[in-house]
Amino acid sequence: MLKDITLGQYFPGNTIAHRLDPRTKILLVVLYIVALFCAKGIVTYALLAACLAICVRISHVGLRQLVRGLKPVLFIMIFTGILNLFFTPGTRYVVEWGFLRISDTGLYNAVFMVLRIMLLIMGTFLMTYTTSPISLTDGLERLLNWMKRFRVPVHELAMMMSIALRFIPTLIEETDKIMSAQKARGADFESGNLVQKAKAMIPILVPLFISAFRRADELATAMECRCYHGGEGRTRLHVLRYAPRDIIALCLGGAITVGVVVLSRFGL
Amino acid sequence: MAEIIRTENLQYAYPAEEGEAPFYALRGVDTAIEKGSFVVVLGHNGSGKSTFAKTLNAVLLPAGGKVYVEGMDTLDENLLLAVRRTVGMVFQNPDNQIVANVVEEDVAFAPENLGVPPEEIRRRVDDALAAVGMSEFVTHAPHLLSGGQKQRIAIAGVIAMEPECIVLDEATAMLDPVGRAEVLSTVHRLNREKGITVILITHHMNEAEDADRVLVMDDGKVVMDGPPQAVFTRVEELRSMGLTVPDTVDLMDRLRHHGVDVPLDTLHVEECADAIAAAFQRN
Repeated sequence: MLKDITLGQYFPGNTIAHRLDPRTKILLVVLYIVALFCAKGIVTYALLAACLAICVRISHVGLRQLVRGLKPVLFIMIFTGILNLFFTPGTRYVVEWGFLRISDTGLYNAVFMVLRIMLLIMGTFLMTYTTSPISLTDGLERLLNWMKRFRVPVHELAMMMSIALRFIPTLIEETDKIMSAQKARGADFESGNLVQKAKAMIPILVPLFISAFRRADELATAMECRCYHGGEGRTRLHVLRYAPRDIIALCLGGAITVGVVVLSRFGL
Repeated sequence: MAEIIRTENLQYAYPAEEGEAPFYALRGVDTAIEKGSFVVVLGHNGSGKSTFAKTLNAVLLPAGGKVYVEGMDTLDENLLLAVRRTVGMVFQNPDNQIVANVVEEDVAFAPENLGVPPEEIRRRVDDALAAVGMSEFVTHAPHLLSGGQKQRIAIAGVIAMEPECIVLDEATAMLDPVGRAEVLSTVHRLNREKGITVILITHHMNEAEDADRVLVMDDGKVVMDGPPQAVFTRVEELRSMGLTVPDTVDLMDRLRHHGVDVPLDTLHVEECADAIAAAFQRN
């Protein structure tokens, strides 16, 4: 049952979208989000939707997977849509039904708000679908390098993230083992109400935590034995280098963002 | 031959609860390890063998006495990195010493920490993986490998530092017989071909048969020291410490008790068989 969990949601591939430098992809997503929040009218939204569609096409990520990513935020989308629909005051009312009134601006806002969230989620998901968690961490570390000057522990955070990712399969395996061991002793995880089910998790969580701490201790010793002494003076096996395609992608992204900002000035 | 590690009256005490006397795991170990040798340290649980191993690269610092690694005092903090890159350490649980989720990234971890340039890291990673016979697994995920394979990756991760000496702290204890054989033949090859000094901590007697030297520890002290043939023939002493002897020696010992005239120091099955055959022909 625990084997089904896929974290990081990465679909390996060898398209241009996969081969772009992770930093490029992170920057493009930031630009995309900025553009999305500047967009005002049909033209700009259509432009951004078209960009996303092209990127999806290039990356060979299935539309179904992308839409599936929307599921967790479905509630937020509906909630935002309804709030905007009914509670935006406007000059003209399209529908008046007791105290429920839908204004024209409300209708307009609701549609674009939901569209905005959808595009936002699908755009960021496209990045995580095409970038392995490790290179994403790597990219983030390099991008946020300048924050070290302000004593932000960038290297340490990135190291923690990559170790956490490394230990997910190990800990899942361990949880499976503990569950089997508890089941063999007659533990019951399936029946009962929510409170009983939550209580049944305690005999799993306690040994899991203890073993995780023991692992952490041993790992720290092993890392020290391999001369780990923080990020200072550290080199990397794979050095991230911007390729021409990264520069082209960034220029294109920048141009589109500027275009969207300018167009939205005219209310398009 | 030159020595790589020297300990002088080495003592170590684990911190105690308040009101209790500290527990001395090491009570004065004086020994020297020669460069390029293959040394096996034996002892039952609690004999101090693992503690001894951890003092050799400054994971634990001596509470009394000294440890010198190539003349460097492990108590000197300025020499810490130099000590650790000279003496690499492989631990018992392979899962808890693998840092990255790609094999090559994990092997690259130590040279990355040492600030080795990327092209050189590449060369070291490839060399280290070839040395442990895991070249085809460069881009695999470590958690999908077998125990023996994981432990070989851990060894590769240590070799990539290009150390003079590797300490294996019960590195075979969690492995199945196949995995144990893989790891043992790997370290023997490294010892032979690269001249790396190997210190193998274990409680499996059979792993000591091909060693140059065996140290037996009991109650925080080295109680026996010598080539395996000399150590394992002291059958009664070993038994009194709660240790078993290798099966071949055990067999010979029993035959001798029955009045068969066979030598005790046959550690390998072939030698043992030859000796028994010779004894029968004499009768």
